[in-house]
Amino acid sequence: MEKTLFDKIWDEHVIKELPGGEVLLYIDRHLVHEVTSPQAFEGLRLQNRTVRHPELTFATTDHNVPTDSRTEITDPVAKAQVDALAQNCVDNGITFYGMESDKQGVVHIIGPEQGITLPGTTVVCGDSHTATHGAFGAIAFGIGTSEVEHVLATQTLRQKKPLQYKVEFKGRVPTGVTAKDMVLELIGEIGTAGGTGCAFEFCGEAIEALSMEGRLTVCNMAIEAGARAGLIAPDQTTIDYVTVEDRPFAPKDGELEESIEYWKTLYSDDDAVFDKTLVIDVEKLEPQVTWGTSPGMVTGINSTVPQLDAVAEYSPEDVRTALDYMGLEPGMKMTDIKIDTVFIGSCTNGRIEDLREAAKVMEGKQVADGVRVLVVPGSEKVRYQAEAERLDRIFHEAGAEWRYAGCSMCLAMNPDKLKDKERCASTSNRNFEGRQGRGGRTHLVSPVMAAAAAIAGHFVDVREQV
Amino acid sequence: MKKFETFTGVVCAVDRANIDTDALIPKEHLKSIKRTGFGSALFSDWRYNDDGSDNAEFVLNQPKAQGASILVGRNNFGCGSSREHAVWAVAQQGFKVVIAPIEGDIPGFADIFRNNCVKNGVLTVQLSSEQVDRIFEMAMADEPLEATINLDEQKVSFKEVEFTFEVDQAVKEKLLKGLDDIAESLLLEDEISGFESRHNTQLSTA
Repeated sequence: MEKTLFDKIWDEHVIKELPGGEVLLYIDRHLVHEVTSPQAFEGLRLQNRTVRHPELTFATTDHNVPTDSRTEITDPVAKAQVDALAQNCVDNGITFYGMESDKQGVVHIIGPEQGITLPGTTVVCGDSHTATHGAFGAIAFGIGTSEVEHVLATQTLRQKKPLQYKVEFKGRVPTGVTAKDMVLELIGEIGTAGGTGCAFEFCGEAIEALSMEGRLTVCNMAIEAGARAGLIAPDQTTIDYVTVEDRPFAPKDGELEESIEYWKTLYSDDDAVFDKTLVIDVEKLEPQVTWGTSPGMVTGINSTVPQLDAVAEYSPEDVRTALDYMGLEPGMKMTDIKIDTVFIGSCTNGRIEDLREAAKVMEGKQVADGVRVLVVPGSEKVRYQAEAERLDRIFHEAGAEWRYAGCSMCLAMNPDKLKDKERCASTSNRNFEGRQGRGGRTHLVSPVMAAAAAIAGHFVDVREQV
Repeated sequence: MKKFETFTGVVCAVDRANIDTDALIPKEHLKSIKRTGFGSALFSDWRYNDDGSDNAEFVLNQPKAQGASILVGRNNFGCGSSREHAVWAVAQQGFKVVIAPIEGDIPGFADIFRNNCVKNGVLTVQLSSEQVDRIFEMAMADEPLEATINLDEQKVSFKEVEFTFEVDQAVKEKLLKGLDDIAESLLLEDEISGFESRHNTQLSTA
């Protein structure tokens, strides 16, 4: 029987078939953050249940933490939530990277960094962007708090196997076009529900050419196309990422060799059957910018805001509502849209490569008058690395703010927020109404496009600026 | 979990596609460490004016939707984040059922939201777009619109019309029996332990 990459990992983790079409699936890694876990720990306590495998559970605090200071959280409600996680981890013997830790960061950034995320594993977290970890060839998906509690108690989940959707990115992307643009193009093409009920496998020349950082960006936004998971088969790029740098929780020596042998079996067999397939040619792909309030409302930088009836996946009413919220009119050139704020960071684009690329665009230039630029590394490890490479100096000298690690303005649970009608070029993943602050207007872009917009004060094709 | 029983309730129909979890419950309400108190936060950016007063335009605040227990939306309902707070807000506002249409290849519900609903005893019903259009039409009236939901028979019944719906059999059984997933899975201890004794998690103890 020919198997897909997904089948191979899934089959390794099925404990038992359950009545009604579900299976009991074993979970190798459980990542935990402060927002979606307190009620799960409380549920365990009320039932006198314990955490089955604290050593397979890893926690950090990312959503609520301030990024301008590491000394204190001034919001008492946010502080209580962060404190609750710290206490739950102490009580249950769970590894915890708190605000003071040099390993703290956005949960989806630190999993790979610390060698927690590995090829062939199952990874879950109470966070929809858990799809990120699929870049290693892992089955990784987001779960709700009830499922967090289920994993804490049993190290398993009851799951129905998703359909499988192969997306091939054909060709090579032009210079200045990034992993972010590839995944935005996909979401624009199939809509935000195009992958509902499915797990993606991303493949093709353009995927193979990506660094691990780029692959993580693509898988991160699988959920924005409706799919809970997105996988990429591991290859030498993956093995190098895990083995060249120190990854404390990755296998070593003989165990590593054994793992690498397993990783090399993780690919879709030639005749494996997918439920859906799509080929996207990226040879002529342009840098992408969203214009609406759904990640599928996206177009190329040299294009215009669409007419109401010209968007396949959205009704004219949906487009009108989105444009009213965004303060835009059909026919406007994307390059005429002026911005107030730039956010570079998040689990989508807060890795070292993202910051290097953004710094290259901003080096020796000045941020446009009146534009506020926040650069927020995805983890403290990324921050140290960036500072060692003096990227922080480049951002400072250009007039940007350089911050500590956290989710920050991606979802604005901490003090980093947009004000009403403020317009932001953001490297994050969601442009929903109010996502970055009530009334705030978000345009999703790649790090280089965000950096170029910061300098110009409006969207601009980064390829013309460098 | 409470068993899902047949009931008759009032409909609240919110005419928007892609109602995301940030709209269902904006992030400022996610900082609580409790599982209760989220009902008043449902749709808060649409439901309240800037000064905190009720927005009379929003359907949930209209007299005909008072006490509503059946929420109707458009396709891709619940897209976005995994926050179960969105379902807690829906349930604690008094909704037991959410109805949304499948339109072409766009399903009624996002996966994680639908999953979270089951864990909280909330039934998601996917109907055709024509059927949901009909519900929106009936809900235009000033009078409250009532419906009876019978999960066992898989029926939504209005005064004028009745629709049948498909439901996953595992989900149906969980809701009707009010099963607790964790308790059920803990009964499989021997299978889980047996699996663990032969499975390699690849974890290195740092």
